[in-house]
Amino acid sequence: MGLQELWFFLIAALFLGFLLLEGFDFGVGMLMIPFGIAGKGEPEQRERRRRAALNTIGPVWDANEVWLITAGAAMFAAFPVWYATVFSSLYLPLLAILVGMILRIVGIEWRGKIDDPRWRRWADIGIAAGSWLPAILWGVAFAVLVQGLPIDADGRSQATLTDVVSVYTLLGGLATASLFAFYGAVFVALKTSGPVREDAFRFARILSAPVVVLAGGFGLWTQFAHGKTWTWVPLAVAVLALLRAVALMWRGDGEGRAFVATMVVVAAVAVLLFGSMYPNLLPSTLNPDWGVTIYNGSSTPYTLKIMSWASLTLLPLVIGYQAWTYWVFRKRITAEAIPASIGLPRHQP
Amino acid sequence: MDALDVSRWQFGITTVYHFIFVPLTIGLAPLIAVMQTVWHVTGNAAWYRLTRFFGKLFLINFAIGVATGIVQEFQFGMNWSEYSKFVGDIFGAPLAFEGLIAFFFESTFIGLWIFGWNRLPRALHLVCIWIVAFGVNASAFFIIAANSFMQHPVGAKFNPETGRAELTDFVALLTNNTAIWAFLHAVTGAFLTAGAFVAGVSAWLMVRSKRTTGPADSITMYRPAAMLGSVVALVAAGGLFFTGDIQGKLMFVQQPMKMASAESLCHTETDPMFSVLTVGTHNNCDSVTHLIEVPYVLPFLAESRFDGVTLQGVQDLQEQYQDKFGPGDYRPNLFVTYWAFRAMIGLLAVPVLFALVTLWLTRRGRIPDQRWYGRFGILTIPAPFLANSAGWVFTEMGRQPWVVVPNPTGDQMVRMTVQDGVSGHSAGLVLFSLATFTLLYGALAVVWFWLMRRYVVEGPQDHDSEPAPPTPPSSDDVAPLSFAY
Repeated sequence: MGLQELWFFLIAALFLGFLLLEGFDFGVGMLMIPFGIAGKGEPEQRERRRRAALNTIGPVWDANEVWLITAGAAMFAAFPVWYATVFSSLYLPLLAILVGMILRIVGIEWRGKIDDPRWRRWADIGIAAGSWLPAILWGVAFAVLVQGLPIDADGRSQATLTDVVSVYTLLGGLATASLFAFYGAVFVALKTSGPVREDAFRFARILSAPVVVLAGGFGLWTQFAHGKTWTWVPLAVAVLALLRAVALMWRGDGEGRAFVATMVVVAAVAVLLFGSMYPNLLPSTLNPDWGVTIYNGSSTPYTLKIMSWASLTLLPLVIGYQAWTYWVFRKRITAEAIPASIGLPRHQP
Repeated sequence: MDALDVSRWQFGITTVYHFIFVPLTIGLAPLIAVMQTVWHVTGNAAWYRLTRFFGKLFLINFAIGVATGIVQEFQFGMNWSEYSKFVGDIFGAPLAFEGLIAFFFESTFIGLWIFGWNRLPRALHLVCIWIVAFGVNASAFFIIAANSFMQHPVGAKFNPETGRAELTDFVALLTNNTAIWAFLHAVTGAFLTAGAFVAGVSAWLMVRSKRTTGPADSITMYRPAAMLGSVVALVAAGGLFFTGDIQGKLMFVQQPMKMASAESLCHTETDPMFSVLTVGTHNNCDSVTHLIEVPYVLPFLAESRFDGVTLQGVQDLQEQYQDKFGPGDYRPNLFVTYWAFRAMIGLLAVPVLFALVTLWLTRRGRIPDQRWYGRFGILTIPAPFLANSAGWVFTEMGRQPWVVVPNPTGDQMVRMTVQDGVSGHSAGLVLFSLATFTLLYGALAVVWFWLMRRYVVEGPQDHDSEPAPPTPPSSDDVAPLSFAY
């Protein structure tokens, strides 16, 4: 295998890490407000449930997000032409993703700093925006990468809004959003006990029909329009695993197996998308010869070799200590185990 | 304005925003690690309370540092796609290393540190904050190595077939003399920032505490913290002089235009005077009038000698560059480089003076209670932030119009002007993102300031008394949490 092929796989792996780990982070963020609303009872109890949901990702969400940062940097290092063309073409979606991520970061970190309902409402809106926007727009972005853009003979994109926003790409966005929301519900079911867990099961059941239709429809469309013969395999795996996860969530237990099944779905969808792309990175819709491929978009063998040494030694270490973090915080949490707010009052007493 | 101007404003604004928060993170992480280590070793609960107190301020700051940093990773591709294609082979590698080595470490272990107080064994929990401190500094090294390639490209050659610059020597890229000294300079600047922050906040609390609730907390917590911060600030100030001097000497050789512009030195002279104050429109050599000048300084800055040094002037360099690289204006904005350079150096006086005053007022167990001293502490805090910004504005605007400055002793084809590096967007599109980021960051900076102020005024809290020993995960499957967002 050549270095260019290796780097296509490594970047796909980095994005896979991002989707597997941030997928449920986005889902938790998307469902956080519903978790607060769903519980009956006093505002105090609802606030505890919301915090219980948020704290399932508390110690890990920041590190999960770094997979995206590193994937972006790896694109820059290994396929600079791809990096430059994609990010300058998908300007507005990326801007919206960045705004969302900024709001989510400060929303999560600053939420508990001030003990005031209005303060927390703004933080929750930031977390919701920062989860919904990327969950939808990364789906749109990946659909655009598979479908291609009008790249001219000079390698510059002439994309207009209709190239980015089409029925196919919007379906991609809705598919990832519904999949991540479902994934988040399954994750919360796995990480909590008591009423929050029951709510998580309920959300997963409500989401099961939309996720099967949207993700299934997007998978089939991708396969028929852009797939290769072998990508039927990941598509079939994705569909079977999704049905399995949905069935487990309807049964009301086995959330551990449902979580693994949903991970398989996310991974299989990523394999389907990157497999449909390969060896293109960004096909040109004007002329098949004008697109960015792993052969005309890559860095030099010297750079790729250094980057290979670095990532093949460091990534296992990263995976190791991140897995250990999950192990440290492996216990379930409940709304009752959430400590009382230690935020300051809004005004000096 | 065209897309180039808007893109430059956007990169400048977003980077300056980011670098308001970054130095405090870089400097405060090791300081908190030191505080926690002292608590760990001595068992003195005052250091535990200090760790918790400054830890909260650190986390408020860390969040916005991460949030403003995310944009930078993508902005190269969004607004500077031609630049990204030209240098991606070289520039992308340190960025990817930064992600793999620094970002993963700091983000994972900050989570363990925040949530691990009652979950991890104490020694292991202490290791977590040290790893965070390592991570934030490692990240500074890689990103400054990337930036230094733009200032002084090494380890690269131009490939005429692809029209792109290619990496030839990764070790040379990481051991670029510009990178090493810029890194040391930026890190000492960060330590000055954090030292002055810790000293200023502690000084104010020390005065307040002695005047209101009695001197108990001042004796056990605020005085030691103010002294620690002051010593760190003084040592950092010395380091800044030393590293800055070496950096300046490198710049006289590698980027003479930047230094000529910083000195408003319009014409090549032997033993020119160092200018302290000039008037004029400043972007025009003809109208600059030097009012106050000091001899010997400039030759020393350039070559460590007091005379016999010939320095090139802006006008002469402009002619040389036109001969070499074709017609064009190769002069940076003289006004900005001149004053940013002076602001960076001049602002150093404030924290140094404050640190000396602190060490004097706290000598032999004394607890100062002068109101002016407490206010001086608070007013000192912004000075290093402003100096950091001024320094980066000087560094970055001094290399204009280049985005990759041609290395006088390197491959002359590894060069690019900002004009050639910008993406082909419409001005309106970039203006939209500029407005979005400026307003969003502006609002968040206001909230950040308000939160920091609120938490400083509140001071260390009662619930942050010494923790119970860590509990191993209990056998029943629900975790008691010591902290939850």
